[in-house]
Amino acid sequence: MSLVERQDTLTADSLVWDGGHGSVADYVALLKPRVMSLVIFTAFVGMMLAPGDMHPVLGLVSILCIAIGAGASGALNMWYDADIDAVMTRTAKRPIPAGKITPQEAFTFGMTLAAGSVLILGLVVNWFAAAFLAFTIFFYVVIYTMWLKRLTPQNIVIGGAAGAFPPMVAWSCVTGDVNLESAVLFMIIFMWTPPHFWALALFKCGDYRAAGVPMLPVVAGETATRHQILIYSILLAPIGVAPYLLGFAGVFYGAASATLGAIFLVLAADVWRNREGDAARKSAVRLFTFSLFYLFLVFALLLAESLISGM
Amino acid sequence: MPMSADKTSADKTAGIELSEDQKKRRRSRSIAIAVTLAGLVVLFYVVTIVKMGPEIMNRAL
Repeated sequence: MSLVERQDTLTADSLVWDGGHGSVADYVALLKPRVMSLVIFTAFVGMMLAPGDMHPVLGLVSILCIAIGAGASGALNMWYDADIDAVMTRTAKRPIPAGKITPQEAFTFGMTLAAGSVLILGLVVNWFAAAFLAFTIFFYVVIYTMWLKRLTPQNIVIGGAAGAFPPMVAWSCVTGDVNLESAVLFMIIFMWTPPHFWALALFKCGDYRAAGVPMLPVVAGETATRHQILIYSILLAPIGVAPYLLGFAGVFYGAASATLGAIFLVLAADVWRNREGDAARKSAVRLFTFSLFYLFLVFALLLAESLISGM
Repeated sequence: MPMSADKTSADKTAGIELSEDQKKRRRSRSIAIAVTLAGLVVLFYVVTIVKMGPEIMNRAL
């Protein structure tokens, strides 16, 4: 019986219940706190860049709802993917495969948080942002996790969209709509996700193969993955500079993002060139590590410029 | 048979026996839920004041 099919064993003969073992920390782990911290950061930047004023308390509620919505997506993802998580070393210790939380408990927890975050955002901030948040959760859980993740090697590209929506949702909390500037923030994360995850997949290939997830290196091979990483990096570099080109970021951001994009490209070219042995692995690890810095720095620079220009 | 029927009914009323570990974790979860609910009460109160502002006092008696 797979973990996903496992039910709480409550029968008339043996009144034993599998559930109730989860600690508060296990439930926090279901929210994927590290992903949540990235969501909070990018959403905060989106909110600060958006034109218009928002009361700080309403801003705090918006970020809280977006963060809880992201956490709910994480919990529902772990509920559905428990069978995959159990066979990958990176995820085997998650609360469901570890037997600390039952799939039913995780599902209930995720759905409650999803409904609560959308409802509160709608009642307190605006219903457009709430509908957008609901769509983001739906996109991540149903379109990515349940449908495309196990179906296509382009899963990361599509799943990346769900991770790219938070700054747009935060923007819409302030303005009540979306526009080109907020779409640029979306595009930066959207284009960043494939090279980031494929670099990881290049040195964690065995894990995904064992789990039967059609990640690009498993299905199309490592050479095709290196081509794709390079293509997405070439697209990412100019999109990273787009906030300056479109006039909602300054010269300093323009110069810094161009430099960061160039370093990203050089590292992606290294991954493309080094295809054998230790050098190949090291190049992939270097690109993966730098990609984290890249996204953080691009958004931190946007935030810093908006704070300085607002003084 | 009345005796076995009584036994079954007694089992049912006894319900699920939680282990010590389950009881301890249930208590910590209950505290976390209580803290969350208290936080929501404060949040809704503050949001109400923020959204209504001074208008909260401006109503017909």
